[in-house]
Amino acid sequence: MAESTVTLTTPPELVRVPLVTNDRKHTWITDKVSNIVEARTPLWWWMAFLPCSLIAVIGLLCIGYQISNGVGVWGENKTVGWAWDITNFVFWIGIGHAGTLISAILFLTRQKWRTSINRAAEAMTLFAVVCAGIFPGIHVGRVWMAWFLAPIPNANGIWPNFRSPLLWDVFAVSTYFTVSVLFWYTGLVPDLATLRDRAKSRVAKYLYGIFALGWRGSNRQWRHYEMAYLLLAGLSTPLVLSVHSVVSFDFATSIMPGWHTTIFPPYFVAGAIFGGFAMVLTILLPSRLLYPQLDDLVTRQHVDKMAKIILLTGTIVGYAYLTELFMAYYGANKFEFFTFFSARIGINNSGWYSWAYYVMMFCNVISPQLFWIKSMRTNYVAVFIVCMFVNVGMWFERFVIIVTSLAQDFLPSSWHHYHPSWVEIWTFVGTFGIFLSLFLLFMRFLPMICMFEVKLVTPEADPHHHPKKDQEGQH
Amino acid sequence: MAEYRKIYGLGAQFESAAALMHAAEKIRDAGFSKWDVHTPYPVHGMDKAMGLGKSWLSTPVLIGGATGTLTATLLTFIPSWGIYPMIVHGKPFNWATVPAFFPIMFELTVLFSAFSTVFALLIMNQLPKWYHPVFNWERFSRVTDDGFFIVIEARDAKFSETKTRALLEEIGGLHVTLIHD
Repeated sequence: MAESTVTLTTPPELVRVPLVTNDRKHTWITDKVSNIVEARTPLWWWMAFLPCSLIAVIGLLCIGYQISNGVGVWGENKTVGWAWDITNFVFWIGIGHAGTLISAILFLTRQKWRTSINRAAEAMTLFAVVCAGIFPGIHVGRVWMAWFLAPIPNANGIWPNFRSPLLWDVFAVSTYFTVSVLFWYTGLVPDLATLRDRAKSRVAKYLYGIFALGWRGSNRQWRHYEMAYLLLAGLSTPLVLSVHSVVSFDFATSIMPGWHTTIFPPYFVAGAIFGGFAMVLTILLPSRLLYPQLDDLVTRQHVDKMAKIILLTGTIVGYAYLTELFMAYYGANKFEFFTFFSARIGINNSGWYSWAYYVMMFCNVISPQLFWIKSMRTNYVAVFIVCMFVNVGMWFERFVIIVTSLAQDFLPSSWHHYHPSWVEIWTFVGTFGIFLSLFLLFMRFLPMICMFEVKLVTPEADPHHHPKKDQEGQH
Repeated sequence: MAEYRKIYGLGAQFESAAALMHAAEKIRDAGFSKWDVHTPYPVHGMDKAMGLGKSWLSTPVLIGGATGTLTATLLTFIPSWGIYPMIVHGKPFNWATVPAFFPIMFELTVLFSAFSTVFALLIMNQLPKWYHPVFNWERFSRVTDDGFFIVIEARDAKFSETKTRALLEEIGGLHVTLIHD
């Protein structure tokens, strides 16, 4: 037998790409993240904050105008009773979902790369839910009656209908906001202690000290802390899936063609995560540009992974759009067929809002397909542009669902066009002002990266880590 | 100043998480009970090194969650069954229509569980506690940055100012300091 010429060599061990690049030490992480809060307010911050807060004020004034004059100042009519208000509500609440996905679901699945983005994403969740909460509150018209939403008998002794998805929504959204606040604050405590210990001014020491609750990083505390964090993550995971499912029930349990479909809960959840990740990147990419010291913490790897999630969820959403069309065709219900193929796709030019349907299709299904290409996923400009498309597309998705179904409903004689009024437009623009102002304040006063968790993913944090052995390459 | 103040304990700093863990194992084996390690982040494996078991925080959370489910059940059942029966979509209140209450039951379970998690965490960690003797140790402020510490309390039966100091130094403790109350 001929001698084998094959030599067996062990293939080189695959090295994990480090989450914190350049092998940064604990102190470096503390310094760079705390410095954002401790340094003098940069000029760009004022230049961003002033216009944003101005827009927020305009939005609040529009809300005041609407409250004092009634919903008639909006463009809604008897046929199109829900329009921008609910579109904006679903848009904002969906954005929040990415933050909870990053903080809870990626925690349970042990995705360590989440550590450097979870704090900012969770803050985004809270601020998005604040914006979302405005719309259901004001769209009831007589805002002083909004307490009728609470599960108590109203002034006439009438109880709310516990079987109504609108009441479920009250429970879901308020629970979601409360649990998100608790989760976020629990995560903040050790980092607030860091700021307390570094604070120079008395006021900062006092305020951070109060909110840090006297945290002293003792292991007897960490033991319960880690369990609490795990439990909160475990609670938030089904919660976040339930919230958008319940939001989708608002539509799915009705009899409107285009709403009355069983696919809505998963389709809405996927869309929420999709739109939320786009918003996370929309605000993280500029912050990364403004704080170049964070380059080693929020790396190209993070952007790449988020782009992959956008690609995945965007494709799920595209699949859901096609399933809806198929069911409309196969279900042989002529009203549903009309909504999908005439009002939305616009066969024979019969759809008033077909253009919105195509905007949605292009932004949500076509544009993220660019992320199949690796160089596009790591190209910040390309990622940012696609994310802007997704933000627009996800807003249009809700607009298409709500307005196309309502404007051209069962009876052609009751069909009615819908145009937003200036009050509606500025209220919506105003919520962006509120959202961005809150986020800028967050960046300025709280650590936007979870320091203790980032330290935990560095090699030094491993109690079996021995720096000398590393150099010999036998770790 | 410090002379007439009560001694709280002895503190020592360690170089790294690895060094701290080995030291903690030795303190545990020496039989101390009123001591703690302080780290900038949870060091995995430290519970075992300190001889601590699994956190029992899940128990109050289970109780809280069950309370939430019960609250939601009562909140939906009592009005629908007694105070204000309502027929919606032709569906009266009976066992077949109970699934319509599931979303509320689920949400309140999560809400109550989350609150119990946070309150149980605060109670079990005895927080907020804005004053603690360890904060009197100047070096201790590094615990939230990159400091790894062991603090042995004076009320531990095995505590002796000289012997414990020697032990801490022997196991690699740096800057061994007497902490006053």
